[in-house]
Amino acid sequence: MNLKEIIELVDGKHLNPEVDLNIKIRGGCGADLMSDVLACSQPKAVLLTGLTNPQVVRTAQIAEIRAIIFVRGKQPQVETIDIATQENMPLVTSPFGMFELCGRLYRAGLPGFESNVSSS
Amino acid sequence: MSPQARPLTEQEAHGRRGRPITDHDAHEISHVEALSYDLKIRDVMSNVMRTASPEMPIEQVLEILRINRISGLPVLENDILVGIVSLEDIVRAMRNNDLTAATSQYMTREVVTVVSYDPIVNAVRTFTEKQLGRLPVLDENRKLVGMITKGDITRGILVALEKDYKEEEVRRYRASHLFEDVISERTTLVMRYTIKAGDFTQGGKASSHIKRALLRLGADPQITRRCCIAVYEAEMNLIIHTTNGGILKLEVEPHRITMSTTDDGPGIADTEVVFEPGYSTATEQVREMGFGAGMGLVNMKRCVDEIKLESTVGKGTRLVMRIFIPNQTVGVSRDGQNDEPSKNY
Repeated sequence: MNLKEIIELVDGKHLNPEVDLNIKIRGGCGADLMSDVLACSQPKAVLLTGLTNPQVVRTAQIAEIRAIIFVRGKQPQVETIDIATQENMPLVTSPFGMFELCGRLYRAGLPGFESNVSSS
Repeated sequence: MSPQARPLTEQEAHGRRGRPITDHDAHEISHVEALSYDLKIRDVMSNVMRTASPEMPIEQVLEILRINRISGLPVLENDILVGIVSLEDIVRAMRNNDLTAATSQYMTREVVTVVSYDPIVNAVRTFTEKQLGRLPVLDENRKLVGMITKGDITRGILVALEKDYKEEEVRRYRASHLFEDVISERTTLVMRYTIKAGDFTQGGKASSHIKRALLRLGADPQITRRCCIAVYEAEMNLIIHTTNGGILKLEVEPHRITMSTTDDGPGIADTEVVFEPGYSTATEQVREMGFGAGMGLVNMKRCVDEIKLESTVGKGTRLVMRIFIPNQTVGVSRDGQNDEPSKNY
């Protein structure tokens, strides 16, 4: 799914227009715990999160996340936007909550890119 | 890119190429698109210029066009652009059997121009909107400095693409052959980063640099991912838990990558319990940032082949992690990227 379609689906606002939106997103991942993103996400997903600090961008980058959507209309701090622009990571804010957002994207056909962690 | 940068819509991209765009195309388009904002009109316009004056007879204009194999000329009066005369204008004069007439009688007076310091995307837009084939280029003082055609733009972009491509190729080539070019019994590339305690804004920067370096060295993307997740968690631990920060070190060898952190305190009393999922001593502030859930070392352990944690309370901690590389993937350029959801680390 193209990132631009996703932004339409979530009524999103693109926060760093310098970054290109012509990106294919393969799946989705929702988390507020950065270690969970590192542990469970698979590459080429969009990350839905309620956290807005610069670490979100770094985490996303390390976990090969392709774009970040902030839930509940959250507005990240300037440092976050700066790092994201520098690292070419699209940032989007959506007025919807995490549950609603996951539902919208899942219903539109975007698969979950979170792996089930086995008990081992 | 300029702030008004607008990515191409699917239809535009489709229309431009006459077929649906593939992922590969999309990548190319965005690169060309980026270039069309980065390159300025003055970078691609042609400077060598013939001009006409308003008094010049049309037949003389025709001769200049014929000799130079061009299809139009800007008309200048006292260095000011007053019009443009094209083959179409000349055809009109010929039809009237009026080739001795002055250029001013047949030239187009309402000239659409572009400015030299604008990105070439502006010229592209003007070409499309006005259905024109060539545009005079003015400088900041409205003086004519060149002409630009669609051909100039294509050429400019191709040259820039080739240059970019070559630079990245050369870089990658050099880096990925490092281990073959340097002959020794044991070649090790060491990367060292000083990490400050409490410096959350810079947190992850070292890991980010390491990621780029490993990919450039030709490391397998899967191994790079495992290595970077482990290093990132370790880097965050130095920022979150140490008294004075510490050193993050990465040693790359053809057969393995060794990641280590060293700090001088406060030290960990029980180096077993910290590997239990959920065990954490992080502050509320750190938890609010999405860390400190007691998953750091658990995550690291899952990503690496070997992990050793040594600590003395009051003295400091040393963490050493290793990833072994099957068949020496570092130093051998490999394109292992694919779109399949991969095994999770």
